[in-house]
Amino acid sequence: MPESSAVAPQYASIPHRDHTAELGMWVFIATEVLLFGGLILAYLVYRHAFPQGFAAGSRHTEIVIGTANTAVLLTSSFLVAWAVEIFSPATSKIVTWLLVGAACLGLVFIALKALEYSGEYDEHLVPGINFQFAGPKANGVQLFFIFYFIATAIHALHMLIGIGLLITLAIICRRASTKRHHTALHSAALYWHFVDVVWIFLFALIYLPGRSTS
Amino acid sequence: MSEKNYLTTDFTLRSWFLTTDHKRIAILYFASLIFFFFVGGAAATAIRIELATPQADLVSSDVYNRLFTMHGIIMVWFFLIPSIPNTLGNFIVPLMIGARDLAFPRLNLMSWYVFMLGGCVTLFAILAGGIDTGWTFYTPFSTLYSNSYVIVAAAGVFIAGFSSILTGLNFIVTIHRLRAPGLTWYRLPLFLWSLYATSVILVLATPVLAITLLLMATERFFGVGIFDPRIGGDPLLFQHLFWFYSHPAVYIMILPGMGVINELVSCFSRKEVFGYKFVAWCSLAIAAVGFLVWGHHMFVSGQSLVASLVFSFMSFIVAVPSAIKVFNWTATLHKGSIHFDAPMLYALAFIGLFTIGGLTGLFLACLAYDVHATDTYFVVAHFHYIMVGGMVTAYFGGLHYWWPKITGRLYSEYWARTAAVLIFFGFNLTFFPQIILGAEGMPRRYHVYPPEFQVWNVLSSGGAAILAVAYLMPLFYLGYSAFFGKRAPANPWDAPGLEWQTSSPPPEFNFETQPVVTREPYQYNERFEAEPQNA
Amino acid sequence: MTEWRPPIALVGAWLALLALLALTVALAYLPLGAGNGVVALTIGTIKAGLVAAIFMELRHRGGLTLIFAGAGLFWLGILLWLGSMDFLTRT
Repeated sequence: MPESSAVAPQYASIPHRDHTAELGMWVFIATEVLLFGGLILAYLVYRHAFPQGFAAGSRHTEIVIGTANTAVLLTSSFLVAWAVEIFSPATSKIVTWLLVGAACLGLVFIALKALEYSGEYDEHLVPGINFQFAGPKANGVQLFFIFYFIATAIHALHMLIGIGLLITLAIICRRASTKRHHTALHSAALYWHFVDVVWIFLFALIYLPGRSTS
Repeated sequence: MSEKNYLTTDFTLRSWFLTTDHKRIAILYFASLIFFFFVGGAAATAIRIELATPQADLVSSDVYNRLFTMHGIIMVWFFLIPSIPNTLGNFIVPLMIGARDLAFPRLNLMSWYVFMLGGCVTLFAILAGGIDTGWTFYTPFSTLYSNSYVIVAAAGVFIAGFSSILTGLNFIVTIHRLRAPGLTWYRLPLFLWSLYATSVILVLATPVLAITLLLMATERFFGVGIFDPRIGGDPLLFQHLFWFYSHPAVYIMILPGMGVINELVSCFSRKEVFGYKFVAWCSLAIAAVGFLVWGHHMFVSGQSLVASLVFSFMSFIVAVPSAIKVFNWTATLHKGSIHFDAPMLYALAFIGLFTIGGLTGLFLACLAYDVHATDTYFVVAHFHYIMVGGMVTAYFGGLHYWWPKITGRLYSEYWARTAAVLIFFGFNLTFFPQIILGAEGMPRRYHVYPPEFQVWNVLSSGGAAILAVAYLMPLFYLGYSAFFGKRAPANPWDAPGLEWQTSSPPPEFNFETQPVVTREPYQYNERFEAEPQNA
Repeated sequence: MTEWRPPIALVGAWLALLALLALTVALAYLPLGAGNGVVALTIGTIKAGLVAAIFMELRHRGGLTLIFAGAGLFWLGILLWLGSMDFLTRT
């Protein structure tokens, strides 16, 4: 079997290996869902207890930055999906640029996020560091911002890992692109899209509540 | 027999610490777990010595708090949870399904390094001064009041959690994708069904523990009030999140043991497991329903009555699949040709001890009785019957059963049986008095107690001494056999499983040729009739 | 020259996602009371579904992958359902 030398001994063939890798990635994503799930439960419980405070906290977030970041991330995901779709040794140049583009959009997201954090620092909205909020809603607002910072920080950490993966794959594609890397790219893409999905929900939970009232 | 096996392919340290061979990684885990077992055991020994008298004569209350916390954290996360999955499972899963390795061998090695990193961080917390919160890290004590190394210990557990996740992921994908031709789901040995169910819990529950510990550590480090009622937080939220992981984790600590027992009972009764499909699906049912019962840890916490009632009801439900398994094991024994080899003694001990543990569990699922028994030695006895009487006994049974396969050597049957019997008696002497103590109302986690409880406590401590000796014995006779024991044949138990079809110890990639499965599992009778001389 | 162009489904999904983003932001400013939260999460779920089905290629995948993808969500449902039950039924 000349083909079997290309795959690790536990696999029968290349498709066998690739499908197995994809399945592993989906199990990993299920794990990640539950990781963020714990945070979402905390959010729901406290939003139920402090509806006014959460609405007030939400109004203090930057919806312009949040919306822009959502668009940036959706576009980045689109570029990665595009790269996966057209991947072949013949298109390695375009694939490389698509991945670089997606990674750059990821960095834009991080930069905007940093801008947002510094704004919240100036407004004394960072619990544990300089939180000040007058009035009866203070507890709810503080809980909201605790959730906000923990959730967005964990999400940003995932982003940084994803950006690292995309850049690594871009370099690999530039140097020598073979069919073998399609699996790696596909797995990285699944991860990147998942990070996107998490943000879609964080966006709805963080930026949108309380906009229609004051 | 001169063929190279996985132990003799390479003798360098590098070949061990950078190996991707699931069998060698299992050995790495095995050595690490022996160490952690005796660290946790040392704490238990100190606890039982202190409790031999009603006064505080060995340790102060503060040291006592650190002892039982250390015992709990080490035993739960660094022994019980990885015990059967990461040693026996790691070794046996690819052999049982006729694969050459797990699906992701490098991930498997990484999981061991992650585990050791978590273990070292936790050991550092213990050596630096210890933790006094109990293994549950309950807020607000852990976040506001405890003056000990809470964050370091939580970090150790957090890190070790990723090792669990990686192992679970690897098993799930391996069992789905790497089964030998002809090995359909209903031909899988039941050990694999139970490990699959365990892996589902590992993958889906552990991340919630990770986020819970992260929230707790954030609250403690930054002084923010995530669970602090003074600024609107709710300490019960911590408990809900914690037990969403930690109750299913109880099933991580028993399902693999049940899986081992299926193999042992079937092999030493020379019969197929009674009601194979029921047992298989009961593993998954326990894994699934096990996620719906966590609130029974919180009956007296102040959660709503509706929640308590629902969780109480669910807790009764989850007993059903466990009971089905016990009935099916006894039905397997019925009219079997029973051989009292050492692994079988462990299996029989398991069935008895697990039944007592399960029945005391029903008391605790009952809302009204649990209010009386919460935080008493009744609870302590209950979960030790499950985890020590159940899981540790099954672990020892499985270890003896597969020892010839792992090392290629036979151990001393005489010493193995002696140890099994001693463990059974030592265990019951240690923990049965605790059931009585709990029913009489002795609370857990105190180092002093009223003098009228002393009789039972002395019995318990005496039992613990026997248990300690019995647990030390395998270290010697198994250790001796690994180097000087008689060479084991490929199939010393005359068992039909795939793992016995390759040499002992197996070659580096398990099988010379890809095995093909044509039979149902556990065909002990058919084997004797159809191919008596086939070796 | 066509081999590098993105499939129409991808472009469509991308534009639909951006449109849904604009829609959800606009609807957030309408005074719908409790309806605002429902609308925001419904649109979020639709967006996530689009990403999963088209970007993550779930629409081309078999039952096993769908079960794996769904298992995380199912258990998330258990966590949120039983986890919030206590808080919703306190007296």
